[in-house]
Amino acid sequence: MSDNTIVGIEYNRVTNTSSTDFPGHQANGDYSWDIEKFKDSFEINISHITERTANFDLIHIDTSIANAFRRIMISEVPSVAAEAVYMFMNTSVIQDEVLAHRIGLIPLKVDPDLLNWVDKTQDENDRYTEDNTIVLSLDVVCTKNPHAPKNSTDPKELYRNAHVYAKDLKFEPQGTQVESFKNSPVVPSDPDILLAKLRPGQEISLRAHCVLGIGADHAKFSPVATASYRLMPTIDIIEPIRGDSAKRFQQCFPSGVIDINSNGEAYVKDSRKDTVSREVLRHEEFDGKVKLGRKRDHFIFNVESTGAMSPEEIFFKSVRVLKNKADYLRNCPIGQ
Amino acid sequence: MADTAEDVHMTEEKVEEEQQEQEYDLDKIKLLPGASEDGTAASFQIIDEDHTLGNALRYIIMKNPEVEFCGYSIPHPSENKLNIRIQTYGNISAVEALHQGLDNLSELCTVIEDKFSEKIEAGGYKTTEP
Repeated sequence: MSDNTIVGIEYNRVTNTSSTDFPGHQANGDYSWDIEKFKDSFEINISHITERTANFDLIHIDTSIANAFRRIMISEVPSVAAEAVYMFMNTSVIQDEVLAHRIGLIPLKVDPDLLNWVDKTQDENDRYTEDNTIVLSLDVVCTKNPHAPKNSTDPKELYRNAHVYAKDLKFEPQGTQVESFKNSPVVPSDPDILLAKLRPGQEISLRAHCVLGIGADHAKFSPVATASYRLMPTIDIIEPIRGDSAKRFQQCFPSGVIDINSNGEAYVKDSRKDTVSREVLRHEEFDGKVKLGRKRDHFIFNVESTGAMSPEEIFFKSVRVLKNKADYLRNCPIGQ
Repeated sequence: MADTAEDVHMTEEKVEEEQQEQEYDLDKIKLLPGASEDGTAASFQIIDEDHTLGNALRYIIMKNPEVEFCGYSIPHPSENKLNIRIQTYGNISAVEALHQGLDNLSELCTVIEDKFSEKIEAGGYKTTEP
C-alpha cells in the first residue's frame, strides 16, 4: 500500500487529507473510473450484525460514496412514525402537544414496505387510508389500587396505570390491515419507554396516526439511532521500543492495541481497536519512533437501528436510494 | 406458500404500475447560464439534492479522464439547490460527462449491493455484540 492513502496524524495537525485518485492528478498510475477494477479491489468485511446493530468495513471506496450512504441512512431511508395525534381526553399533567411529541418519537416495529406514501396533494379528509396509515390508540385511566399494601409509598403499588408506557399503545388494524399485518402486528420496538405519569382520576385517550416519512423531514422518521463511520487507524513503529519503555508505550493505547513480544519489544496487535487519542505523541520518549495515521479508503461503519428494520436492511436501502437518485436524474430532461 | 406466490404476483403488478406512472420532473435539473458555446463546459442546477448526491457525483465525474474540472456547491443552505460545474477537455460534452457520471454511480451502487448481499449470505460473522 502506498503512503498516499494514509492520512497522517501528528501532534497538532493532520496531513494528506484529500483524495488524489483522479486522472491527471498524479504523474503515474491510471485513476480513471473502471467498474471492473472497482469490483476487484472493493471489499466488505462484516464484523458483527445483531438485531439492532451492525459493524462492517467498506474498503477501497472513496469518502464521498461512503459519506453518501451514511447521510442517506440517517435522513433518507423511510420509516414509520406517528404524525397526527387526536386527543379525546387528556387530564394528565403533561400537555397535549408534549405528549403528542413524545408519541411521535416512539420507534415502531413496522415494515415500511407495507405502507404507501401519503399523497399530500389530496384533501386532508381523503389523505389517510388503510394503505398509508397505521392507527394506534392509547386509552388509560388511572385508579386507586384497593389492594395496595399498607404504608406503601410506591405509586406502582398504590395506583393502577400510574405509569403510561409505549407498550400501552394498541394497534388498531384498519380494513385490509387485519390480513396484511396478521403476522406482524404493529408494536413499539422498545415497549418500556415512559410516556406519562398519572394519578387517580386522570385519564388519557387518544388516537395516533402513523405514516411513512424520512429523517430529513423529522428525526422521528430516521430508521437509525446512529449511523457513523471512522477511518481505520494505522500505527507504524519506526524504531523498536523495548523494555519498560514498551510497557509505557502500551499504556498510551487502549487495551488490546499494542502487545509485547517475548523479546520485550512492542508490536501492533490490533490497530482497529485504537481510538487515535494521540496520547503517544505527548511523550517525548516516543518522539520520532511512531507514526500514527488513518487509512483514507477504509471505513469502519457502525449502524444502530431503532428496531423497525434490521441494520443490514437499512444499509441495503441506502444503497438503493443512492442508485435511484442517479437513475432518476439520468432520465430527467435538462431544462434551460 | 399460496400466500407468498400471491404476494410476489402483487408486487410485480405494483412495480409495473409504478414504471408506467414514473414521470420525470421537468424542473429537477436545468442548465445554468455560463455554458461554453460548444457545450464542453457547463453548470447545472439540481433541485432537492444536497451533498449526498453532490459530492458522490462530483467524485465519479472527476474520475472520468475526459473531464478537466468538476465541482459542486450548495449556493445557500436554506435553498434546496445544488449547482454542479463540469468542464471537459473537449472530446465529450458536459452533458455527456454528467450522464456518464450518473451511469457510473448507478453501476457502483449495484456492485456494492451485490457484494454486501454476497457477504451476508456467506455468513461467518458474529451475531452478538463483542
